[in-house]
Amino acid sequence: MKISFLEGSRAIAQTVANIKPEVVSAYPITPQTHIVEDLARFKAEGKADYEYLLAESEAAAASIVLGASAAGARVYTATSSQGLLLMLEVLYNASGLRLPLVMTVANRAVGAPINIWNDHSDAMAMRDAGWVMLFAENHQEAVDLHVIAYRLAESTNLPVAVNVDGFILTHSHENVIVPDNKTIKKFLPDYRPAAGTFLDPQNPSTIGGFFTPEHFWLERQRLDTDLKKSLPLISNLYKQWKKILRTPTPSKINFDNGLVEYCGPSHPETLIIAMGSMAGTIKETIRDNKNVGLLKIRSFRPFPDLRKFTSTCKRIAVIEKAMSSGASGPLFAEVGSSLSNYKGVISDNIVGLGGRDVSLQTIKHIIKSSGKAGVKFW
Amino acid sequence: MLQVRIHGRGGQGVVTAAELIAYAAFKDGYFAQAFPFFGVERSGAPITAFARIDKKSIITREQIYQPDYLIVLDHTLIVDEVCLQGITKNTKLIVNSKESPEVISKSISRKVSSKNILALPASDIAIKYLERNLVNTVILGAFARLSGEISLSSLKKAISEKFADKGSAQVNKNITAVMAAFKYEEIS
Repeated sequence: MKISFLEGSRAIAQTVANIKPEVVSAYPITPQTHIVEDLARFKAEGKADYEYLLAESEAAAASIVLGASAAGARVYTATSSQGLLLMLEVLYNASGLRLPLVMTVANRAVGAPINIWNDHSDAMAMRDAGWVMLFAENHQEAVDLHVIAYRLAESTNLPVAVNVDGFILTHSHENVIVPDNKTIKKFLPDYRPAAGTFLDPQNPSTIGGFFTPEHFWLERQRLDTDLKKSLPLISNLYKQWKKILRTPTPSKINFDNGLVEYCGPSHPETLIIAMGSMAGTIKETIRDNKNVGLLKIRSFRPFPDLRKFTSTCKRIAVIEKAMSSGASGPLFAEVGSSLSNYKGVISDNIVGLGGRDVSLQTIKHIIKSSGKAGVKFW
Repeated sequence: MLQVRIHGRGGQGVVTAAELIAYAAFKDGYFAQAFPFFGVERSGAPITAFARIDKKSIITREQIYQPDYLIVLDHTLIVDEVCLQGITKNTKLIVNSKESPEVISKSISRKVSSKNILALPASDIAIKYLERNLVNTVILGAFARLSGEISLSSLKKAISEKFADKGSAQVNKNITAVMAAFKYEEIS
């Protein structure tokens, strides 16, 4: 398949168009990306069949795709930063109603102070909303994860957010292979929701009923169980898709099960755990380092088991682009709770807030200081 | 890996210039990467954009701290500390200016020696061929010639595709301007 040289947003827009959603809705003003601009243009040029609804706010955009999904349509929306926060109420509804929405989050900081640049603060605001949350390292992963997201969402009735670093991925240009509709169809069948799972005038039903204390917790428990049960499915879907769309591997990877990726020596002394585009910069930094490895988290929700990667390392340095002020970074909290028996030193390194550049030098400093536990800002 | 950093102001096509370098390199069979760093979103604000070219995959996403080539679209930015950050004795500077390399080198306290400076009256060339002071493509002609890293034919193709929606007349004007910069006599 053809290798293109595209902006991240454009690669995602083309992929989404080739996935053929039936309803797309978005709020077009800052903070937004070229993704929805391109999807609107494809529609205007007669190249796409979806309904494109311009919303008056992100809350409306999310509600529109939620409604369309409840009516049995394949849907898409994208947002960022404050826009995601405005969607938040609807996001809880999407997972609670078990509607397979797919959304791109172009990760950006949340104000105040006002800031337009990249970090993961927005994504972490929807951490507990019951969505699958996947994080992409580069354009190819962003493209791949969108295709996988639809198959996953539609086979589990779980909504999926694909996180791509704002500006760093959305506004950068690099080599990428965008799968055409024919290739996608080998993996993602047309969406035919099961009878009784959507609003159908022929078979009237209700979704979104009232749950008393007696039943509400059961519904929440079911959501949690289903999210955790989707871990092996995400792994399988990732492997299946990569057999269909083979793409060059940009760097040497020692292990990849779709949920996490490991790169580095077989017994690292220091293990870095990180998500998103900075994984590339970290790999570049540790390329010839015999003691440091990188464990990249691709699936943040559901959160995978990390224990087999941490059994021999003496130090773990979590590097993340968000902070739960007053406690620690959200990824650090996750790593800590999943490795409760870990005896080594764990540090939490908060980087890249509000677009602060994550340089090779930053990573080197973090590795050097990884013997000291605790939360550190860089 | 070859690293290029471009400085200019909002509205000058800084981001497009980086994209065109990377796209032309991609067309020449290289791996390439281009990305911007926006300041505040308004016309006239300083903007930086970056391009990397390599024979192998590019995985780093850090900004470029030690550029091999520094391209400055607006000469008033050259005295800015940010603009000259990380220059080495090998960094080549391409600047839109009517001044001589010697005068420019002096104005920046010899941080770049005059032999590493290419000064090009890109605004004059742009006004002559594009009828507007839009220098981003013009200066790429000089970059292609000086660096030898991207071929003129790929640069022309990249411009033709990138500006396709502006119509063939605009594409041809830009290509003529690029050619004029490519052949600019002071390039050595």
